[in-house]
Parts: sequence; structure tokens; C-alpha cells
Amino acid sequence: MVRFLLGRLAVLIPTFIGVSIIAFSFIRLLPGDPVALLSGERVMSPERHAQISAQLGFDRPIVVQYLDYIWGILQGDFGTSIVTKRPILDQFSALFPATLELATCAIIFAVVLGIPAGIFAAIKRGSFFDQTIMGTALVGYSMPIFWWGLLLIIFFSGTLQWTPVSGRISLLYFFPPVTGFMLIDSLLSGQAGAFKSAASHLILPTIVLGTIPLAVIARQTRSAMLEVLSEDYVRTARAKGLSPFRVVGIHALRNAMIPVITTIGLQVGVMLAGAILTETIFSWPGIGKWMVDSVFRRDYPVIQGGLLLIAAIIMIVNLIVDLLYGLINPRIRH
Amino acid sequence: MLKKMTFAAALAAATILSGAANAKTFVYCSEGSPEGFDPGLYTAGTTFDAAAHTVYNRLLEFKKGTTETEPGLAESYEVSDDGLEYTFKLRPGVKFQTTDFFTPTRELNADDVIFSFDRQMNSENPWNQYVAGGSWEYFAGMGFPELIESIEKVDDMTVKFKLKRKEAPFLANVAMPFASVMSKEYADKLEADGNMAQLNQKPLGTGPFQFVAYQQDAAIRYKAHPDYWNGKQPIDDLVFAITTDAAVRYQKLQAGECHLMPYPNAADVEAMKANDDLKVMEQPGLNVAYLAFNTTQAPFDKVEVRKALSMAVNKQAIVDAVFQGAATPAKNPIPPTMWSYNESIQDDPYDPEAAKKMLEDAGVTDLSMKIWAMPVARPYMLNARRAAELMQEDFAKIGVDVEIVSYEWAEYLDRSKAKDRDGAVMLGWTGDNGDPDNFLDTLLGCDAVGGNNRAQWCNQEYDDLVTKAKETTDQAERTKLYEEAQVIFKREAPWVTIDHSLSVVPMRKEVTGFVQSPLGDFAFDGVDLAE
Repeated sequence: MVRFLLGRLAVLIPTFIGVSIIAFSFIRLLPGDPVALLSGERVMSPERHAQISAQLGFDRPIVVQYLDYIWGILQGDFGTSIVTKRPILDQFSALFPATLELATCAIIFAVVLGIPAGIFAAIKRGSFFDQTIMGTALVGYSMPIFWWGLLLIIFFSGTLQWTPVSGRISLLYFFPPVTGFMLIDSLLSGQAGAFKSAASHLILPTIVLGTIPLAVIARQTRSAMLEVLSEDYVRTARAKGLSPFRVVGIHALRNAMIPVITTIGLQVGVMLAGAILTETIFSWPGIGKWMVDSVFRRDYPVIQGGLLLIAAIIMIVNLIVDLLYGLINPRIRH
Repeated sequence: MLKKMTFAAALAAATILSGAANAKTFVYCSEGSPEGFDPGLYTAGTTFDAAAHTVYNRLLEFKKGTTETEPGLAESYEVSDDGLEYTFKLRPGVKFQTTDFFTPTRELNADDVIFSFDRQMNSENPWNQYVAGGSWEYFAGMGFPELIESIEKVDDMTVKFKLKRKEAPFLANVAMPFASVMSKEYADKLEADGNMAQLNQKPLGTGPFQFVAYQQDAAIRYKAHPDYWNGKQPIDDLVFAITTDAAVRYQKLQAGECHLMPYPNAADVEAMKANDDLKVMEQPGLNVAYLAFNTTQAPFDKVEVRKALSMAVNKQAIVDAVFQGAATPAKNPIPPTMWSYNESIQDDPYDPEAAKKMLEDAGVTDLSMKIWAMPVARPYMLNARRAAELMQEDFAKIGVDVEIVSYEWAEYLDRSKAKDRDGAVMLGWTGDNGDPDNFLDTLLGCDAVGGNNRAQWCNQEYDDLVTKAKETTDQAERTKLYEEAQVIFKREAPWVTIDHSLSVVPMRKEVTGFVQSPLGDFAFDGVDLAE
């Protein structure tokens, strides 16, 4: 186990270096000059341009800039945004909990609904139920997120007024962040109704962000389950006279879960890095939107720092997924 | 303190929902996050709304709803006869706000004004580089480093600016957000605590609202400054609920989650007007969209060719297609809300037949040209590609073949400056300070060729007029000079003036006292909620 962990950690180092080089160089390959963008339509004089470039260190050779960036990261300094002039780590730590909270809720939503739906579809293969679930999953998978989000807002927040339109909590409540997770902070605040408000603000974004993973997980569970259900050992289990619940729930499910967990792990990564549309629709103050804005503004330090932090988190999630395999399947216990 | 604040906010917000009386909270669904809270460091309107118009004041302010200035923190000023010295007499008894860790011991004085400008112009000032990579973009952009000779304290309540040359727009410039007056005492305290970056995160000024907290990308909270020199605000709390998507802002407005929103989708405006809970204010924005020929290159060096192309463009069709009516066709390079706008000018009529003949008379046949279309939506041009396509069709009618080109935004801005650039560039401008100089000289003066002057147009007669206007302090005389300059502009047609977009502001019916700013600012002093 320790050897496995050390081995995986050793792989992380070159991966990390690779990500840092890609993050650093790709954004610089894009056309567009961050210094010129600072003044918009207003033309900046060449002298002024040179002066600001020098202030930001962009006049140095690219290799020096890269080494400086890496040196900063080794000391825990991810740099400062060109636009907001604020340290990147500060901004990331303020925004990331919002993304993580939403992604966690969305993945729970997707797993809790997706796995049972997949299992039932597999058991009742070919039935009306199966076709309905898989049809719905296909629709969910192909759903344009922006449209879906707005549709839910217009219906549930606008027409029915059941849920708030956007944000993380009602403006009624105001307390300093402790953990950055609104559900926890609202409980800690001790304010009556705060938790309920935070939870109600999570409903629609959770559904919107969870829709695609839900569809993916349901389909993956169904096909993994179908494969396992046709295995000999399942037939043996049935022949032994075990209850259908034990056959499916214990014998089959455990093996079917291996590819499903891989899928879930990948979906977590996708959600952490790709919640941009959901965050935009629901004015959710997370990292997705922050990163995309930074690309448009060519805010190099934010892009290279933010990407590295996101990559690190995704690598950790994948490591956890690998460890989970062992729990589920003793044959790959490390 | 914190508990008290929380309670106040909760109480205030409870009031919005219940509509009860004692504390009033006004919620503004703002379109984006501020870059920071020091207006000197930034150039975005979003930042100015959040920092400059709430927390701070300036020596002069723009009179509500106009582009004219009026006394702000300076109760009066004098200009020397040679036009080189501006002496501002400060308003007595102006109190600064407080924070949880700082209570001012004195009122506004000359030291605060000098500090506010010196930090931007003097690289020796410890505040010149107090945030990493900080630059004073507007201070530089408005030419202050080359303009200001010195700023002197005459006495505690009097400050004198000495200029290196005559510059009438100076007065409008000191009303701009970058010229906001900070508290030197607060800055000294932050410096002593080794906490200088806080100036950009916890602002403290003399303005109508006091900063309470910023939850990144989510909300900014303010409360009314209790000792505001111009009287306490009718609302108690002000919240900016950051909502980047226009459709979602509209939903929030309808649901009563906010009282006022900026920048609606053009397609939603009709429905907003029809909604009984809402009202909509409209005004031409302080902007212009234009198509600039390169007047140094044949055949665009000929006035007749430029005129003919100008007559071929159906501006109304562009306004209808791109803005769904939320814009007006432009005839002058400055918008109609700006003083000195020349009403008497006749726009080139849309007349493809006459245009075609004019081209033939000029000996131009089989003309092929490029039209540059911006890759981004700007307030003055929501969809440049669509507008370019319409112009392409218009030009085809007079036998001119058009190729539409575009580049990434920063690259577009950069390449379009080049003196030897080919084709006509679509671009626009949003005014900074309401002074006609900011359009007429900045965009069309000879000095701006190779820079902001995308038409590369240098007309001596025109340039003499705008230069003279810049050096004249009498506004009536300046008006005359600018009106004349617009006549020459129209005669020479270096641009096809396309449109001035409308600034549309939807709000809840109960909102009172909001005045639309021609400068495009959103300021909430004087705003109230009817019971």
C-alpha cells in the first residue's frame, strides 16, 4: 500500500511539471497581449507598454519567467493577478469551496439517482422502464447546459417561485466565511433559516451540474451490470437459490462498480474544472468562471496558477479513486 | 461588531421581503465583479460603480444626468488667467467613513487631495507600487503625467494644480473615478500596520456609502455613510448582487431579488416594458460605433469615395438588426447627450443610386475592400460580424466587393492602429469624462494618427479647431469650436458614423430617485424605495 502510494506520488511529480509547462506556454501561444488589454480601446503608448511589461516581468526571457514562476510555486507563491492585483492563492481559496460544494452535491445527486437507475434498467433489460431510463439519460447527456439551466430558473424560480434564482444564499444572511462551504457556514452562523436558504440555493445548480454525470453514470452502471449479470458466478449464485437482492446487490454490484467508480472519478474532475456554465447561469462564485474570465483577459498568472491548482486537485481525486478500487475489489488491493 | 453587522444586514434584508419600513436595503444586480476597490488602479466601469461612485468623492462631480461638472469635495475653484493654474477651495466639514479597525481623527483637508494624486504621479511615493504590478492606467491615459507640473498645498483647505500647458478638459478629468480622493490618515495607518494592500480591499472615503464587505464574485455590501456631507442616504443598506448573465438578472429582477439591473438583453426589453412590476429608463449612451477608412490609402484618400461609401450604408437596418432598435443611427462622432453636439448637421442620406454614381464620377470601379469586424460585443456594437455583413450587402449594391476580416481582440486593437493598414475598421468608443475633446481630439486629432485615430486622418483645419478648443476655458466658445469641427468632420467623412447605442436600465416600479448617467455610471446616491 505504502509502496503503491509512493509510486503514484512519484508519477505525480513529472505530471505536475508537464502541466506547469503546458499551462505556462499554451496561454502565451494564444494571440493577445495582456498589457494592451489593460487599456481596452484606449491606445497605450509604446513607452508605457514597455514600462508595464517590465513591471510585470514580461520583458524577461521566457525561460527566466518560467523558472521564476516555478520558484514562486515551490515557495507557495502562485503569483498575483494582472487584473485584480490580488494573490492567486487568496482568490482560489475564496472561490474553490463554492465549486467543491456544488460539485459534491452534484456528484451525490448523480450517484444516488444514476446507480439505482442503471441497475434497474439492467435488471429489466428491454422493458419499457429500461427504455425510458436510457432515453431520458440520452436526453440528459445531450442537454445544452445553458438552456437547461435557464429553463429550470424560468419554471421553478420564475413561474412557480419555489427556488431562488441565483447565488449561494439569500442576501438576508450575511456572515463571514469560516469553511467557505455555505451549508456548513450557515449552520455555524446560528442564524435561523440560513441553512435552509443555502440548501434551497443549491437545488437547481446541483440538478443542472449533475444532469450529464447522472446520465453518464446511469448508462455506465447499466452496461457494467449487464456484463456482470451474464457471468457464470452470477448464474451459480442464482442456482444456489440466493435471493435476487443478494445476487444483484452483493455479488454482481460489487464487480459492476469498478468501471462505474472510474467514471465517477472522471466526472468529478470534469465537474471541478468544467462547472463554468452552471456557475455563470447561477452566479455561483466558483473557479470555473474565474478561469474563463482570466483566459479572455489573458491574465497569465491566474491561468497558469489556477490550472496547476486544479490539476493538483484532479490528480488527488484520481488517486483516491485508485485507492477505492482496492476497497471494492480485493484482486487489485494494493 | 460583526454580530451587530450581521443583525443589521439580516434586518435590512428582511425589510426588502416584507416591505416593512424601518431599514431599507437596495439590491443592485451588478453585471460583474470589481477588479478591486482602488479606482485609480483600474479602467472598468464595473469597478468604478462598485468603488468610485459608492465609497469615494472627487473634487468635482458630474451633475446628475449630465456630462457637466459641479462642485464636489471642492466647493469652488479658480482658473488663472493664463489657464495654467487651477486652485480648488475644499469643502469644510467633510467626514470620512470608518472601518472596524480605523476611526478617522480629522476631516478632509489638502493633504488627502495631494496624497490621492501624488501616489499616481510620483514613483518615489511608497503608495505608487503598493500592489504588485499596479499601474495608474487612467491617470496615464488622460495624459496627467505630462500635464501636471505640480500640486501644492496653499493652506489646509486649498490646493493648487499647476499645469504645463493649457488644458480645458482638466476640470472634467478631475471628476473622473481615477481622481477619487482617499484618506491620507487611513493610508498612513495601513502603511504603519504593514497592511497596504487593504487600501484596495477595504476602501474608505467620503462618499455616500460605506464599504462593509465583499464576498468575491458573489456580493458587495455597503451601508449609508451616516455623516455624509451631502446628507444621509434615504436607503440604509446597498447590496451589489453580482449576476453576470443578463437573462438571470432579468429573472432576479422579476422575482424581486433585486431592484435594478444594468445591461439587459436587447430581446428582453419589450417584455420588460410590458411588465407591470417594472419600469424601464432609456437614454443614448455616451458612445459611438464607426467604420474608419484608412484615409492615407487610395482610393480612400478621396473624399468623394468616402462620402459615397457612407451614403451606401443603411444605418437604420444595422440598428434594427443588431440592437433591435435599442440604438440610434449616428451622424456625428460625438453622442447627442454630449454638450456641443451639432444638431444642425445633416447626415449623409442613404442613397445607393447616388452613391454608385458618385463612385463612378470619382473614377473608381471594381473596388474591392476589407471591412474589419471586432470579435467581441461592445456596448456600442453588440454584433460586429452581423453589422459587417449588412454593410457587405450594402456595398455590393454599389458594386463594391467586401471581404470581412477579424482577429483576436487584443490583436485587432493592435493591428488596426497601423498606418499602412488596409481596409476599413469597425470600432467604437465610450466616453471617459463627458468632454467632447475625449472624442474629437482623442480619436481624430493629428497626434492620434497611428494610435487611437484609426482613420489615420490628419486635417489641419479640423486639428486647429480642436486644439484651440482644448486650450480655451470658456465653455460657450469651446462649444462653437467643436460644432465647427463636426462640420468639417462630416464634410471630410473619415468615418462612417454607425450608431450610438441606447443605455437601457430596467428597475422595479418602487425605485425612485435613480438618475441615468450619460456617462454610463450606476450611482445610487439619492435612490429610494417607495413604500
